[in-house]
Amino acid sequence: MRHLFANTGTLARFIWRRDRVRLPVWVLSIAAFSICFASMFPSLYPPGPEREIIAQTFANPVFISMLGPGYGLADYHMGAIMAHQMLLFTAVVVAIMNILLTIRHSRRDEEGGRIEVIRSLPVGRLANAAALMLVLAAGNIVLGIATGAGLALLGLEGMDWAGSVTYGAVLAVTGMCFAALTLVFAQLTETSRATMGYAFAFLGLSFLLRAVGDVSSEPLSLISPLGLVLRAQVYVSNYWWPILITFVAAAALILLAFRLNLVRDLGAGFIPARPGRMHASPFLKCTLGLVFRLERTVIIGWAVGMFVLGASYGSVFGEVETFVQIGDLYQLMLPSVEGFSFTDQFVAMLLAVMSMAAAIPALLIILKLRGEEGAGRTEHLLSRAVSRAQIMGSFLAAALGSAVIMQVLSVLGLWSAAAAVVSDPFSLGEALLASLTYIPVIWALVGLAAALIGFAPQRTNLVWLYLGYAFFTAYFRALLQLPEWLVKLTPWGHIPNIPLETVSPATVVLILLAAIALMGLGFVGYAKRDISG
Amino acid sequence: MAILKVSNVTKQFGHVTALDGISFEVGQGEIYGFIGPNGAGKTTTIRILLGILKATSGSAQIFGSDAWQDAVEIHKRIAYVPGEVSLWPNLTGGEVIDLFLKLRGANGRHSRDELIERFDLDPTKKCGTYSKGNRQKVALIAAFAVDAELYILDEPTSGLDPLMEIVFQECVREVKAAGKSVFLSSHILSEVEKLCDRVSIIRQGKIIESGSLRELRHLTRTRVRVETARPIQNLSQVPGVHDVEAFERGAAFQVDSERLGEVLRYISDFDVVALESAPPTLEELFIHHYRSWR
Repeated sequence: MRHLFANTGTLARFIWRRDRVRLPVWVLSIAAFSICFASMFPSLYPPGPEREIIAQTFANPVFISMLGPGYGLADYHMGAIMAHQMLLFTAVVVAIMNILLTIRHSRRDEEGGRIEVIRSLPVGRLANAAALMLVLAAGNIVLGIATGAGLALLGLEGMDWAGSVTYGAVLAVTGMCFAALTLVFAQLTETSRATMGYAFAFLGLSFLLRAVGDVSSEPLSLISPLGLVLRAQVYVSNYWWPILITFVAAAALILLAFRLNLVRDLGAGFIPARPGRMHASPFLKCTLGLVFRLERTVIIGWAVGMFVLGASYGSVFGEVETFVQIGDLYQLMLPSVEGFSFTDQFVAMLLAVMSMAAAIPALLIILKLRGEEGAGRTEHLLSRAVSRAQIMGSFLAAALGSAVIMQVLSVLGLWSAAAAVVSDPFSLGEALLASLTYIPVIWALVGLAAALIGFAPQRTNLVWLYLGYAFFTAYFRALLQLPEWLVKLTPWGHIPNIPLETVSPATVVLILLAAIALMGLGFVGYAKRDISG
Repeated sequence: MAILKVSNVTKQFGHVTALDGISFEVGQGEIYGFIGPNGAGKTTTIRILLGILKATSGSAQIFGSDAWQDAVEIHKRIAYVPGEVSLWPNLTGGEVIDLFLKLRGANGRHSRDELIERFDLDPTKKCGTYSKGNRQKVALIAAFAVDAELYILDEPTSGLDPLMEIVFQECVREVKAAGKSVFLSSHILSEVEKLCDRVSIIRQGKIIESGSLRELRHLTRTRVRVETARPIQNLSQVPGVHDVEAFERGAAFQVDSERLGEVLRYISDFDVVALESAPPTLEELFIHHYRSWR
């Protein structure tokens, strides 16, 4: 038995050595994020009758499916708010952290032949898996303690030590459960991509089961790890049985993974890799088809994400008026405009924010062109009868097209969820038109990325900085009283508060021309320069 | 007429001179070997030929057209195998081969499945699971499945097993038999020796030797092993003779190729009983050139 775990300690230190930045960054940013959010709640939800009104509105199915069942809505103190609004989301992020780190040190290392080198040394057969679980257990425990202690030390109303410890424990045990599960998947599948696919599919399924279960059937939620841990009713009842069950499940899964690891050959799995296509589909046989195939996951994932983002904003429409009147912060962000309701202003701000989110997939796609070059795959295309203009054109077309898809879907999500909670939300046509007005703005950003790829391929990441700056100025222009010229440095600064105000067609045309000019520059630069990789 | 003509090409990356005025020509139906150690400039040369890099000065022409200006038109008539084959991990080998064939133009589809069989590749697997050798097979199949006039191959066999290397050599001979030209960069000298008609040796961005293998051999030493009735006197003093190893009834030594005749005349005076001579292998030639230039 001992020989199976020989040198586990050394390997654990080695894993820590490799992740001495990555792991602390994950752990500390999750803890810091939770604590920061909690510290903002008192200003967002000052005590009084309004808070109870808000609490009651959270009882609608849209919210329950997104945030989980609202425990303690009757006495909606800071603790209850934290557990209700933040715990599920944070648990999902912790699960993602554990999935990614587990794959990195299990199947991916095995695939890369690194485990083979380790195993040729006097190291036990289970040592790597055991060392990985030890390191992640330590990481999850530190995460739980940091978050719990930080929340308790804030000393907010209703955030006592007992609840904070439970909060931290829920996060830690959820993390461990997903680490263990991923380790099992890493034994079953033959490639790290497949492991990742199964692990994230399970995470998505857990979320979905919980969403359906929370709305309609309690047992369904109990099957899902995410649903189960929420039953701890943190800060309200502080039950420990869900935590214990999850802990036992995680331990059992680790043992199962060890068992599977022992009986299989190195490099092998239990689920045979599915054979793929023998021939390319007719769709794949051009550069544009290739771009769509490569970016399929990005496009579909973001399309769903944008719809959900819109829908989650839309679901709060019933409460916007109350929400905004009592939230000082939001009032500062949305200075009142004569003759318009807060709802209208809320829509205007959401459209701007969502258009920035929609810029992300468009940028991801156009920057993939640079990524392909770095990976040495552009030369496969260039060495065949494909021109550089054709390659850049294909990536641009996909990026520009995705911007349209994202914009339309986010507005549809916003409108349909809003229509579900209030009878007469806002005009879909107007919002759609406003949303389409932002498309040239996104295109200008895509154009900037293309120009950078053409002339400064080492500096393409600047475009992210620029988008971040645009987001910052748009979000905080009123709050921080930013001077106008700082705001006008980005194309977003030139679009007024649509649909409240009207934008002159000339502005839109100018932005469009700028986008076209930037893309033209991109084509010129890309055609002239050396292709690296 | 030369299919491929490089004249005085220089390539600078910032202050680093990667290629320093190289020139060579590849003729119709010829297999041309391009040899040199890592970092000598082989891949840079090939990338200039493909119009992926732009030469700082000089001209690179394929089929009489400029390699940079007319890249797309030229590429319709060539096939290329990169040295480091990096493929899309989530596409299968079969999909990638089809995509490559389609991007180049559809001709030559018929031999795809036959080549997949000859190279023993499973085309239903995702490229992410392929080994280096298998990724190289994907590129080789996509290259040999098309009916190109010029095949540019950059160290195409560095990951292949010996059996697959033989398949590769067959493929090269087949395209040569069909009258096509091949530009083969390699540092596997036995392969170049087996396949190539002419060779250029590149070192630190300069071509230090070009010509047929026979011509190149002429520049170096031949190994001679001789048995004589009487001991050979003062052999090491004869001009052109090196590394003498004397035996009881003879000697083994090396001779500068241009002095071979004189040396043979000298030793014939000692009643030659047996004589073996071996031309230098390309490897010896290569090492000789590198040593002497260092």
